[in-house]
Amino acid sequence: MSSSQTNLLQGTLDLLILKSLKTGELHGLGVSRRIEQITRGAFQVKPGSLFPALHRLEEAGWLTSFWGESENNRRARFYRLTKGGERHLGHEAEEWQKIAAAMSHALKAT
Amino acid sequence: MQFRSRLESLMRNLLRKHEVDADLEEELESYATMLADERVAGGICRPEARRSTLAELGGIEHIKQSVRDGRTGITFELLWQDVRLALRQLRKSPGFTITAVFTLTLAIGANAVVFGVLNALILRPLNVPQAESLFVVQHGSDVASHSYPDYLDLRQRNRSFDDLAVFAISQSGLDTGKDPSNVWQYETSGNYFDTLRIQPYLGRFFHDSDVHGPNSAPYVVLSYAYWHSHFQDDRTVVGRVVRLNRHPFTILGVAPPGFQGTILFFVSDIFVPVVNHEQLFGDKMILNARGIRWMFEMVGRLKPGVTPAQATADLNSVDSYLKKSYPKEESNDPYTLARPGLHGDYLNGPTRTFLTGLMLLSGLILLAACANLGSLFAARAADRSREVALRLALGSSRNRILRQLFTESVLLSLAGGVAGLVASILLLRRLSVWQPFPRFPLHVPVSPDANVYLVALVLALVSGALFGIVPVRQILRANPYEIVKAGSTGAFGRRITARDVLLVVQIAICAVLVTSSMVAVRGLMRSMHSNFGFEPRNAMLVDTDLTTAGYSGEKVPAMQRRMIDAIQAIPGVDSVGSVNYPPLEPPGTWQGLVYTDTTEDLSPSNAAGRLSCLAR
Repeated sequence: MSSSQTNLLQGTLDLLILKSLKTGELHGLGVSRRIEQITRGAFQVKPGSLFPALHRLEEAGWLTSFWGESENNRRARFYRLTKGGERHLGHEAEEWQKIAAAMSHALKAT
Repeated sequence: MQFRSRLESLMRNLLRKHEVDADLEEELESYATMLADERVAGGICRPEARRSTLAELGGIEHIKQSVRDGRTGITFELLWQDVRLALRQLRKSPGFTITAVFTLTLAIGANAVVFGVLNALILRPLNVPQAESLFVVQHGSDVASHSYPDYLDLRQRNRSFDDLAVFAISQSGLDTGKDPSNVWQYETSGNYFDTLRIQPYLGRFFHDSDVHGPNSAPYVVLSYAYWHSHFQDDRTVVGRVVRLNRHPFTILGVAPPGFQGTILFFVSDIFVPVVNHEQLFGDKMILNARGIRWMFEMVGRLKPGVTPAQATADLNSVDSYLKKSYPKEESNDPYTLARPGLHGDYLNGPTRTFLTGLMLLSGLILLAACANLGSLFAARAADRSREVALRLALGSSRNRILRQLFTESVLLSLAGGVAGLVASILLLRRLSVWQPFPRFPLHVPVSPDANVYLVALVLALVSGALFGIVPVRQILRANPYEIVKAGSTGAFGRRITARDVLLVVQIAICAVLVTSSMVAVRGLMRSMHSNFGFEPRNAMLVDTDLTTAGYSGEKVPAMQRRMIDAIQAIPGVDSVGSVNYPPLEPPGTWQGLVYTDTTEDLSPSNAAGRLSCLAR
């Protein structure tokens, strides 16, 4: 896989994680299930890329994490969007819309 | 916001590493458990669910490592790992470590010492404000001495200098009422301190406005060191009257610490106005004698915007006027400018050449040390070929292995650099307080400063990189499969060639170094045992100065006679005599000209030679 593709996918993953946390705090498994759900199963996030991404986003200050209890009374690490994270999500979503619109326009052109 | 969060993460990752790792471990564990929970809910038995979950995760360790690799401060952590590993490796081979550090200590220490001297004498500007506009005025290519009337004319007629000051060096007897003692003094023009733009530490300096003709300014300014050692930092000395050669002089103030005049090698005790020379030494002539160049040095501060070349031209146009007016006394040498500090080009040239040579030699020493350590490192890398091969086979990247080897070499060179620097600082301190000739206040002011530390550090890093780079090709070309297969005898190919080249380089450099040091030592030995035409052994010198004790005229020979008789009476004394300047001792600043019998025109340019004259 070339590096440009990795970067693209990484950016996509970050955006999806931020989006999945928009509606409320989730633990790692919750994040991956939610992404599956909102992409209608198109993206299945493996833990090998999920956890590095979560920690990276937390270190960037867009997420905070804390220990809590899961729905099945398991101790789990939950993630929540910070104010900065919300702003970042808005900004990134807008960028993505622009790119997506431009791409689909470009592909439709004859 | 983002920066702060990054910084917090960095601190947490570095300082609370175990906590962070334990958290990650627990998080992944809980993830696996919850995934298994889902499967159990789907109807699979728990052990089977757990097994399949873990299989799907593909190794928790692997995930942990990817999380760690993305953490802020990962570079520090890798570096720290490399450093710890390097320290362990070095501890395993103490012989190698000690040899390497010791070699580097010697090599870097030698360089730091030589650079320290070079820095203090050549590179560092004089310790006065705006030293870059200060120049020594020379008459001839390397003669900085002038006659007093010449100085007055130059000062009055030039248009390039803000101020032009002059001084002579002499000795006086200073009597505070208790203990008359010999002091070295600068006899300066009234504007000396103002030309240098320095401020007194205590009291005030004398200025041009204090000077109104011969013997009008019986003032003395003490150097900080002399005030400290002879007046015990007594702040009430200002205004006190002391006797210089039996004449009352008023102490005006104390010069700032660290100021030692405009000649780096020479430490003066006191400063007095030169107009009082007649009072001090009973010589009515010399201040008006245009032919006697006894003023030791003339320093001038250029006006802003005037280049040294313009100033030189200006001085020479004044000189052409002087030559016309006083054809007998003026020499044909043109005026030139030189940097202050080393008595113009007189010492500047030789010092520069000598130190450049030394710097070159010590650079060669460092190069030889690097070649030596380079081949040691190559041998070490070859010995460790199996370790390296194993690490390569286990998936370690070549970059990581190279970085680790570099960490080792840089650690060694830093250790050697620090040890060498400490040694050089001790040596330079000793050198700074060293007085090579007890009779003269000469010293070598070479206290190390930040420049020296920086150079030592850079040298250490550069040499670390230099000898660390030697085994790089071996590592890059290493084939782990071949080496592991070959067993313990296995080694990297082509290693002999690289090391042979290094050995040849090393031998060549060492041959140069040994030869040059032998030549230097032999030259020194020869000069110590050369034939002076007299036998210096068992001769003792006693320094006396009757002028400073107030003797003059007829009373001098009588007193000298008495002293000679008294010394003659000491048992064991074979013969006694007195001389103005003993042989081999540097002549004073009073010089005379020697002419052949046939010379009619007694101008300096026709002189057959110079000699120190018996002026006292």
